[in-house]
Parts: sequence; structure tokens; C-alpha cells
Amino acid sequence: MPGKLKVKIVAGRHLPVMDRASDLTDAFVEVKFGNTTFKTDVYLKSLNPQWNSEWFKFEVDDEDLQDEPLQITVLDHDTYSANDAIGKVYIDIDPLLYSEAATVISGWFPIYDTIHGIRGEINVIVKVDLFNDLNRFRQSSCGVKFFCTTSIPKCYRAVIIHGFVEELVVNEDPEYQWIDRIRTPRASNEARQRLISLMSGELQRKIGLKVLEMRGNAVVGYLQCFDLEGESGLVVRAIGTACTLDKLSSPAAFLPACNSPSKEMKEIPFNEDPNPNTHSSGPSTPLKNQTYSFSPSKSYSRQSSSSDTDLSLTPKTAPSPQGPRIYLCPSSPPLSCGSLHLKKSCLLLSDSSLAPHHCSLGSPVLRKSVSFSEELFLAASGMGSGSAGKEGGPFKALLRQQTQSALEQREFPFFTLTVFPPGFLVHVGGVVSARSVKLLDRIHNPDEPETRDAWWAEIRQEIKSHAKALGCHAVVGYSESTSICEEVCILSASGTAAVLNPRFLQDGTVEGCLEQRLEENLPVGCGFCHIPYDELNMPFPAHLTYCYNCRKQKVPDVLFTTIDLPTDAMVIGKGCLIQARLCRLKKKAQAEANATAISNLLPFMEYEVHTQLMNKLKLKGMNALFGLRIQITVGENMLMGLASATGVYLAALPAPGGIQIAGKTPNDGSYEQHISHMQKKINDTIAKNRELYEINPPEISEEVIGSPIPEPRQRSRLLRSQSESSDEVTELDLSHGKKDAFVLEIDDTDALEDVHSLLTDVPPPPGFYSCNTEIMPGINNWTSEIQMFTSVRVIRLSSLNLTNQALNKNFNDLCENLLKSLYFKLRSMIPCCLCHVNFTVSLPEDELIQVTVTAVAITFDKNQALQTTKAHIEKSLQRASADTEELLQFPLELCSDSLPSHPFPPAKEHLESASSNSGIPAAQRATSVDYSSFADRCSSWIELIKLKAQTIRRGSIKTTVTVEKANPMGEGNFRNRSAPPCASSTVGVVKMTPLSFIPGAKITKYLGIINMFFIRETTSLREEGGVSGFLHAFIAEVFAMVRAHVAALGGNAVVSYIMKQCVFMENPNKNQAQCLINVSGDAVVFVRESDLEVASVQQPTANCQPLCAGGEVTT
Amino acid sequence: MTSELDIFVGNTTLIDEDVYRLWLDGYSVSDAVALRVRSGILEQTGATAAVLQSDTMDHYRTFHMLERLLHAPPKLLHQLIFQIPPSRQALLIERYYAFDEAFVREVLGKKLSKGTKKDLDDISTKTGITLKSCRRQFDNFKRVFKVVEEMRGSLVDNIQQHFLLSDRLSRDYAAIVFFANNRFETGKKKLQYLSFGDFAFCAELMIQNWTLGAVGEAPTDPDSQVDDMDVDLDKEFLQDLKELKVLVADKDLLDLHKSLVCTTLRGKLSIFSEMEANFKNLSRGLVNVAAKLTHSKDVRDLFVDLVEKFVEPCRSDHWPLNDVRLFLNQYSASVHSLDGFRHQALWDRYMGTLRGCLLRLYHD
Repeated sequence: MPGKLKVKIVAGRHLPVMDRASDLTDAFVEVKFGNTTFKTDVYLKSLNPQWNSEWFKFEVDDEDLQDEPLQITVLDHDTYSANDAIGKVYIDIDPLLYSEAATVISGWFPIYDTIHGIRGEINVIVKVDLFNDLNRFRQSSCGVKFFCTTSIPKCYRAVIIHGFVEELVVNEDPEYQWIDRIRTPRASNEARQRLISLMSGELQRKIGLKVLEMRGNAVVGYLQCFDLEGESGLVVRAIGTACTLDKLSSPAAFLPACNSPSKEMKEIPFNEDPNPNTHSSGPSTPLKNQTYSFSPSKSYSRQSSSSDTDLSLTPKTAPSPQGPRIYLCPSSPPLSCGSLHLKKSCLLLSDSSLAPHHCSLGSPVLRKSVSFSEELFLAASGMGSGSAGKEGGPFKALLRQQTQSALEQREFPFFTLTVFPPGFLVHVGGVVSARSVKLLDRIHNPDEPETRDAWWAEIRQEIKSHAKALGCHAVVGYSESTSICEEVCILSASGTAAVLNPRFLQDGTVEGCLEQRLEENLPVGCGFCHIPYDELNMPFPAHLTYCYNCRKQKVPDVLFTTIDLPTDAMVIGKGCLIQARLCRLKKKAQAEANATAISNLLPFMEYEVHTQLMNKLKLKGMNALFGLRIQITVGENMLMGLASATGVYLAALPAPGGIQIAGKTPNDGSYEQHISHMQKKINDTIAKNRELYEINPPEISEEVIGSPIPEPRQRSRLLRSQSESSDEVTELDLSHGKKDAFVLEIDDTDALEDVHSLLTDVPPPPGFYSCNTEIMPGINNWTSEIQMFTSVRVIRLSSLNLTNQALNKNFNDLCENLLKSLYFKLRSMIPCCLCHVNFTVSLPEDELIQVTVTAVAITFDKNQALQTTKAHIEKSLQRASADTEELLQFPLELCSDSLPSHPFPPAKEHLESASSNSGIPAAQRATSVDYSSFADRCSSWIELIKLKAQTIRRGSIKTTVTVEKANPMGEGNFRNRSAPPCASSTVGVVKMTPLSFIPGAKITKYLGIINMFFIRETTSLREEGGVSGFLHAFIAEVFAMVRAHVAALGGNAVVSYIMKQCVFMENPNKNQAQCLINVSGDAVVFVRESDLEVASVQQPTANCQPLCAGGEVTT
Repeated sequence: MTSELDIFVGNTTLIDEDVYRLWLDGYSVSDAVALRVRSGILEQTGATAAVLQSDTMDHYRTFHMLERLLHAPPKLLHQLIFQIPPSRQALLIERYYAFDEAFVREVLGKKLSKGTKKDLDDISTKTGITLKSCRRQFDNFKRVFKVVEEMRGSLVDNIQQHFLLSDRLSRDYAAIVFFANNRFETGKKKLQYLSFGDFAFCAELMIQNWTLGAVGEAPTDPDSQVDDMDVDLDKEFLQDLKELKVLVADKDLLDLHKSLVCTTLRGKLSIFSEMEANFKNLSRGLVNVAAKLTHSKDVRDLFVDLVEKFVEPCRSDHWPLNDVRLFLNQYSASVHSLDGFRHQALWDRYMGTLRGCLLRLYHD
């Protein structure tokens, strides 16, 4: 009996008129949980009843707490006939079950009826008292946190990323049960809603159990889907990544730029001062960190932390900080790997000397000294053994070995994350995907969902082996999807093969924490591009060159991934949304013949989608795709493929060659002319796109001083100074020349059409950018205005011209027009970027194509001047630090020559350099203030804060005082700039975004997952404004219900919002329509970065992001 | 390829002011699209007509859904379905309740009933305002009227509170409600030169001075006129106005009054002789208007009478406005010097308002 649920019904408002005679309503409420029901009194004759009920108390198992939704039904009392239902509210009480989330659910909920939509609102208060469960074999998993966000949530840090969790639950679909023939549509819809709610609760609980088994405490990147298999049943399945998360205790530790300037600033440095070894002070105290994260009941569930001794701190979690190093060296061939470490340790230095722009308030000084010594230790151990291997191969092998050990025990080394802590991702191999066509049969025993399980296991196995073929052990950015038409189902899975850093993957030991330095062994910004597979034994033909960034390792000519752009990736110019769209007709067939036909078509579709993507990428003058999502949808008589991704130009990869058109009959003159005309058009487009997306790779200026990207220069010099043989440099130059143009053969009308379609993609109007990733590469000065939207279009194909070409054109036009419409609608937000553009295609009927788009438009500060001045300052800072870096090389070399017993002198040296570094920005500040540009003032303010953190550390109070003075001033400035606050509204604003963050704001708390499923049906379609009116109203209602739930949890935003399903069916002849929508997201509390105009502040924040994040993880 | 369904739903409801105006003006989607095309928006944005069509449809659908809420503006503030920033909410409401001068002149003072609604067709043809827009405006008048009709307290405040309108618009609605309730005739040909503003001005003066609420005292009988203090004219006051008749009926008083006025104004008016000649007529006119107000039929004709009996005679003699003002001031003030006249307070209450009205009504 471990839980008591308490519910109070306060009041209702805007109720519908249920009694025509009096134009009033006699409303009362039924509160149901599990099998217990309570009722309020009838409140006579009012549309705004005040029930103010007693507390209804339910004493329930925590298992039920997790599975069951709280069901609130509002009814109209009728003395003579049956009471009429007004509507229902389902409340998922899961957020009340973990300690850090919401403590109470209280607010106005829309009363929802599946036939009439929202009918008034009801005010409810819900609380839960949980008792500790001492039972080891319990079935509940209360306390495991769930996040839809596919990155480590902002106010947490990952201690361990355990890996893949999956589960599926099946049941009969109530809509297809015999009883459905005799019950009302309302009853049927409600049964379905309730069942799905129950099933998701159960699914979540089961996943939670798996997480607890893995000794995790959270699931990140949780993705739950429904398969409406019709006759054969209803499948609810979910995947996610189990993690051990640790709440960041000092919220300001890594985001000084984002904080309100007053309170926290003052406190943190002082807090840190007396005890520099606390949680937030960086990698110097990993041991402590670990202890911290496992300290009882802090970050862990109320129930289990105290009871489950396995999970609390045990002796094995406390080896010395050097543990992992020792672990690392013997397990690897020290001979070659060490030297590599040595080289990289120098690189590390170049990084850490940039510390003044570290956003981290934690002492960079301290951190450096520690990391330095560690590196030296490593380096020296390598030196001791002698030679210096030129290739990174052995190192890779080592990594592979290590990771393997960490991953091998896992059945599926998959991660649903798309954004990773810095250093987590070592190399990326490429996209791996697998599809399989299955025939659905009735699920006979819902308790044994083995068939479906086996299907997925099969696919996952395939993905795993694909990844292996790419020399990778893990798959990141992993997702699964289905497309069902009648009894045929296509199961798809895709992800990005990758080599991961084992540090986050270690189970139950602190090693993870101490591997931190490993991340910095890799060159920042290009490491992930380096091929993980063996050059001589490539899994597929690829054109390899030396990395354009570090000049050391091989990179492929193009890179496709399903993940987000790593924050530290070096990108030239801006990115853009790239889509490949494809339709293929298919004969109508039954059962197995149908499945075979589909299986036969699939490879061709994949190939064509890939070719289209490649062509479009080249046309944009870019060389990498991120966030790639290929969706194949099956319909009665066709297959649709839609691939969306964000194209970027990665500095590390070679420039893409052009597209060359070759004709089949070169003798024909006019044909020739036509071809050359086309060729010219293509070349023009490429040139135009390069200009549009600001792609100017710095090839020529590479050796010129003051090149736009100083880092590679700096690095290559470092390498050379580290006794690199000179022939490598020449080799590098050779690689410049090798650029094969992509040849497109126009040998039939099909291909001709392809070329045409390539050229018909219209770029977004000026001021607009779009991408399907979290953030737009090349834009980082976001302002705070966001607009999330869903747009749905359905077109009917005229069955006369159903050829592949016509289909393709129709589909292409549909998508292009949809985008154009979006640009037009959002024109008032210019300059803005559509982020996380998510297209979903479905084929609800024979000749219908439905496209659903959800995205968020974010404004950004157009004023590039601000950006460039900022960049300029940053650059000069970098240069300055690079200079100090050079000074440091001597001690470094000296040190590496000597034995590891001298790690400290250089550290001290470094300490001084750090302080001198902090002096340089001071000078910069002085000038930057004079610019009187807002951004500069902001950035200088941030610098001041950073400086303050440092100066306090050094005990200088004088500067602190001046800073203190500066603060209110700066604040005043921001206030002036900020828009006048809108008049207070009675309804709190709830933001919704598919992104994991809110620009210009800081997420302070995650309140729990929102996972809602709604059905809406109408039998008066015309009266409700036709299909458009019906769906428009329904989606607006869904948004409203999501917002209301978030507000009731005490939140003011939903992040990582996703509309996973929007199944729309109509029957205009019967004047009927039905729609099912499933949405999810994370309810959060965010705080505006004071009231300041965020544009300029957000920018430095974003600039620091890799570093910030570094701080976040290393704390 | 035909579009079956095409929707866009934002978390924050998008409101395009231009489209809103077109919608309020009652244009059909296709007309609105045509008008938007003409505005040059396609060239500005590089959009296509199809995009514009889809966008207009979307907005129209949104407005259609919002309309239900706009009928009770406080609902718009509390509803959860559309997330709209407060400033936008205010804009939506204000624009929705705004009306056309041409339209309001047609229905001002008319009974806001179904019968009139049938006349909307004619009004639409006459004014060139679309029937849809006429309907909206008429329904707005009627809705506001229905809500505040029976309410006690200040009319303007009530309107403001229940419809969340700006001060200016609330005052206009108060006038509309007041006129509709008292059914003042405003449609006669000779009243055509008057604007809504003129009437609204008069209405405000009358509400301030001639209604029950104006007296500032609670009515003696709580059942009778408790509810519509600001909307109905003070019946007692109207009854009492009969007493003023003595000013013209008693020849001595009339002569005395005339001489008082003439003495003071001699040399100050450019049209003195005309005034002198017309004094008795004018005075008779003004006092008779007062005396007739006991009959509700005559109350309706108040403005017709005022124009006929005062404005037109003066205008035909080309009185400058300033002379009218001087005359009216003197005309009402002189009564205080008439010893035989006992209804000074009544006279002030009547003339104070009437003077203001007449000055406003006196123009070409």
C-alpha cells in the first residue's frame, strides 16, 4: 500500500448548457482511479459551478499509480433520465511520483469530449503521498525519470549512459472488438483513450524497471509509439536510453551568461571559494562527484535509494582518481598509443588555454593543473615505451577494444540520443538503417507479445551488424518507426554508426568520470568526422582524404548522420533543410504478394532517395547531412519515401565536387546544347547556394596569418613542432587536388526529370532559414520569440494520371507549397529560422496523401555586425591565448622529455598564464564598452562575471566591488531594451517547442513527461467547417490540453514536443470524420535570462556552448 | 491534384491584422484574396496566389472559431484554446466591436429587433457595406444592448466591463444603447447632415443629465426603475418639463425674457435684428419641445424638433455659431432673472443639456 492519491475538485467554468429549458446545467463530477469512484455533490443551475469538494483519497499500489490515469468525468444531473456526460479529463499522475518533479498538480483543465471537443474547464488539485517500498521484487519503477529530450537534459549531467532500453505492450484494439458494434462512438473512443493511457503507463513502468535493473535512474530520448494494426491489435512500444543522471546542484555553475545578473552571481563564487573541491568545481574531484550522485535520496527515487543497497555508495565506487588511467594503459598496446596521447595532450593544452571563455565558473585554473598532470602522466607512459606511430589506427583499435568491453555485454549498443556530452562521440561511421516488411496477424495472447518482439529484435540485430561493418560498436541517434497499410507493416530502424568514448558507459564504477581527459585527446571539431573503419578494408567504396582540419586522419568525402550537429563541430556558413521526395506506384495486391511487391520496391526507393539527397547536397555546395530521417510510407497502391536532413559544410571534410551532366548521345548538337544549358544552370545554382549559405571554405587563406579559423592553423603548427615528419604535410597538399565531380547521366526521361526536380526546389525567401536539427548551424544569436506550429495538408490525386512522374511531381509540389505557405505565414518573424522541421507522410486512402509538419520558428538577431564584432573579440582572444600557448610549449616539451615526476611546474606556469589570460580580455573589455553596442556591453558584462569568479578565487576584493557596481547598470540597460511586459493575462502563457531548449531562457526544472493521446470524432463534419475546420479545431484543442497540463504541473513550457501521430480519417458522404493524435514532450519551468533582450546574451552563450557543456559534464 | 485539407495551427494563434479587417468587412475568402493580391503582397513576399488563398482560408477559419468567444469578450481572456497575447486580444475585441459610421447612422435610434434585421439588406445596398459586416455590427449593437439594458450603474462602465472595450468605443456604444432604448428618430432627411458623433455627443449629455442615474439619488420605489438608471430618461423630469410652458404661454414672461436677452446682447450679435425678430418663435420652439417630452412619441422626435424649431431657422438667417452660443447662453441665463418663474432648477437641467446639444447640432 505504498501510495495515497488525493484529489479535490474545486470548480468549473464555461460549462456548456445542458438543459435547454433553463439554459443552465446541473453539474457534478465523478473522480475515478482504478476501480474506485467518488462523486461530488450536484451543483444546481450554473455554468460556473463551485463544488469545492472534500479531498477524495485513493489508497493504491504504486504499480497502479504508474499505470492508471486519474479519470475525471463531468456530468449533468438529470432526475428522470440518465445523466449526460459533459466531458472528461485524464490526468497522468506520473510526474508526482518522482521527487524532483512536480509536487502538486493544480489548475484549470479543459473538459474534453471525443464528440464535442472542449466543453468548459474544471479546476482540480491532485497530490500524492508515497510511502517507501522495501520490497526488492516490486513491479513498480516509481522515481525513474523520463525525458523525451534526446540530449542530456539541461539541468542534469550524465554520470553514466547505460544504453538502450525497449519494451512493447500489445492489446486488442477496442475499436475492433465485437462490442464496438453495439456501443456509441463516444464509448468506443473513450475505451480506446483509456486503454492507450493504461498501456503507456504500463510500458513506462516496465521500461523503468529495466532502467533500475541497469542501475540507472532516468530514461533520456524516450520515444513511445503506437501501431494501430487494426484487426490484429494495438501495439504500444517505446525505446529510450537509460542513464544515471545527476542534478546539477548549482544552476549557475555552467551558465553564468544566462543567469539573471543579481543573486546567483554573488553566491556561487563564495560558495566555491572555501571549498574548491565541491561538486561544481570541475574534474579535479571526480571521486566526490560520484559520491554525490549516489548519495541517498538526493537524485534517486524516494523509494529505492535508501532500500536498495546495491545502488547506494559501495566501496567499489571509490578508487583513486588515477584508477582509470591505470586501467587504460595496461589494457592497450602502450607502445603506439602513448605517443598519440602525447600529441594530443598538446592539443589539449591549446584548448584549455582558451579557458577565459569557458563559461564555467568552476576554476579553470584548477582544472587545468589537474588535467595537465594527467595528460603528462599518460604521455610520459607513452614516451617511455618509445616510438611515435603516425597513424591513429592503433589508437582507434584501443578505443574500440575499450568500448567493446563496455558495450559487449549489451545486446544492443544503441542510443536514442542525438546530442551528446562533449567527448562522448569519438567517430561517426555513417547512417545505418534496416527495414523489414511483415504481414500482420492477430495477436492471440496479449501477454506474450513475442512476435512483435522478435520482429524488432531481428531488425536491431541487422542494425548492429551494419554498424559493425562500419567499424563501429554503437549506434547513436537511433529511432524506430512503422508504416502500416491493411495487413502489411514496414518496420524501420535507423541510426548512426559510431565509436563512443567508454567513459560514460562504465557501469557502477567511477572510471567514467575520470576518463574525462580522453575527450580532449581528440581534436575538437573534427574528430567525429574521422573514419572509424579500416582504410584498407572499407565496407563500401568511399573517397577518403586527410581531414581538412587536423590534417592527420582520414575523412570521407560526405557524411550522413541521424544525429544533431555536435556542438563543437566546425561548420562553414549556414545549414539548410534538404529533402528527398519519392513516390512509387505499386500494384494492389493481397497479403504475401503485396508484402513481396513492397520488399522488392524498397531497395530501389532507398537507392533513389539516397541519390536525390546526394544530388541536392552537392547542389547546395555542402558536404554533410545531419538529422537524417528517411520515412517510407506504404499505401494501397503506392510507396512514398521522404527523407529530411540538414545539410552543412563541415570544415573537416573536403569541398564537394560539382554535378556534371552527361548525355547518352553526345553527337546530337541540339541535345548537346540542351545539356550544356542545364549544366550551366546547375553550376549557377551551386554558386548561388554557396553565396546564400555563406559557404566560403578557407582553402586559400590556410597558410595566411589571420585565417578565419585559427584553430587548425594553430594545431597543425603544434603538430609540426611535435616532430611530425614533413612528408605528411606534402601529402596533405596532394589531397587538395582530388575532387571528383559527381556525374549525372541523363539517359532517359526519368533522369531528366530528376535534374529538373533538383532545380525546382526553391530556396526559402530572404531572411528565412530552415533545418530539421535542433539548432541551425551558423546562427547562434537567437532572440526569444518562438512560434511552434503544426500544419497538415491532404491532397487528393486525380486517378487519371497516376504515373510515377506525375506522382512525384504532385508530392514534390505538395511539400514545396507547404514550405512556401509556412514562409509566408511566418513572414512577420523575419529574420527567423524554422528549426526541427519534422515532416510526416501518410497515405490514409487510395488517392490521398497527407503531410503533417511540426516545427518551430525562432527569430534571431539579424544584425550581423553584432556577431562579427563579437566574433572578432573572440578571435583575438583566441589569438591571445594561442600566443600564451606558444610560450607554454617550451615547458611542455621540457616536461614531456623529463619524467612524470614533474607534472607541477608546468601546471603552475599555466596558472600564471591563466591569470595573464584573464588580463587580456580585460583590455578587450575596455575597448568593447566604447562600442556602445549592446552586444558588446552584454558580452563584456559576461566577461566581467567570469573575471569576477576568477578574481574572487584569487582573493581580490577590489575588482569584485567594481563588478558589483557594474551589474545593476548592465541590468538597467537590458531592462530598457526589453519589450514592455504585456498586461497580465488570466491564462499563463505556455511555450511549446520541439527543441530541447528555449532560446533566451534557462530551464530550471523538469516536471515530467507529457504523453497524451486524444481521439476526436464528429458526425457533423460540414457543420464544423469541413475537414479543415474539424482538424484545425482539434489540433488547437490538443495544444490547449497540453498547455493546461503543463500549467497545472507548475510549468511554463513544453520542450522536445513532438506530434507522433496524427491519423485522420474522413467519410464526407456520411458527414463523419475521426482523428487520433498522440503528442509528447517534457514539461519544464524556464526562467527568462532576466528581462534582458536576449539576442546578444544568447549569442555568447551559444558560442560558449561546447565549453559550457564541457563544464557541465566535468563538474 | 486537389487540396482536401489545409491547416496551420500555431501554439500562439497567428493574427493577421489585414486579413482580420477583410474578414470583419465581410468579404468572402475569394474576394479577400483578390483584395490582398491587389495590395501587392505577392510582389512583396514572392508568394503565389495559392499560398495566399491557403493563408486567407486559415485566418478566416481561425476568426470564425474566435467569433464565438468574441461575443463574450471576457471569455476570450479566460479560454484556453487559443493562446493569444493580451495586446492582440484587445485588438481583436476592439476591431470586432468597431462599426462603420455609415452603418450606425442607418440604425441609430431604431429598435434592435428582428424586423430591423430584415432591413439590413437595404442598408447594405445603400451603404455599400457588405451584408455580413452589417449583420456583425447590428448583432454587436443588439448584444451589447441586451447585456447592459437591464443593468444598473453607469452605462459606460457596464459596457466596458462586459465587453472590454476601450473608453472611446464604450462611450459610443452607450450612445447607441441609449438611442436604441429611447428610439430617437435620426433617419429623417433633415437629420441627414448630422454625424454619429453629433448624436453620441448629445446622448452623453442626456445620459449625464436627463436620466435617473443622473440625479444621483436612489429611486424611491426600488422595483420600478432600479435596473436601467442610465438607459431611460427620468420620467418625473419629463413630466415636470410641462411646467416650463409658462415661459411662452405667459405673454408677460415671454416679453420680459425677450427684453432681458435683447438688452444684454445688443451690439454683440451680428444678426441681432434677426434674433430679435425670431426670439418668440425660437423660444416657443424650445419650450414646446420640452413640454412635449411627456409623450414617448415626441421624445423620439426630439432631434427632428430641435432641428426644425431651432437649427433650421437660425441657419436660414445665417447665424454664426458664436452668435448661437451667445444667444443660448443668454437665453438660458436670463430666465434666472424672471421673478415670476419658479422652476429654475428644472430649467437649468433642461437647458443646460439642450444648449450643449444645440451647439453641437448647429452646423451645415
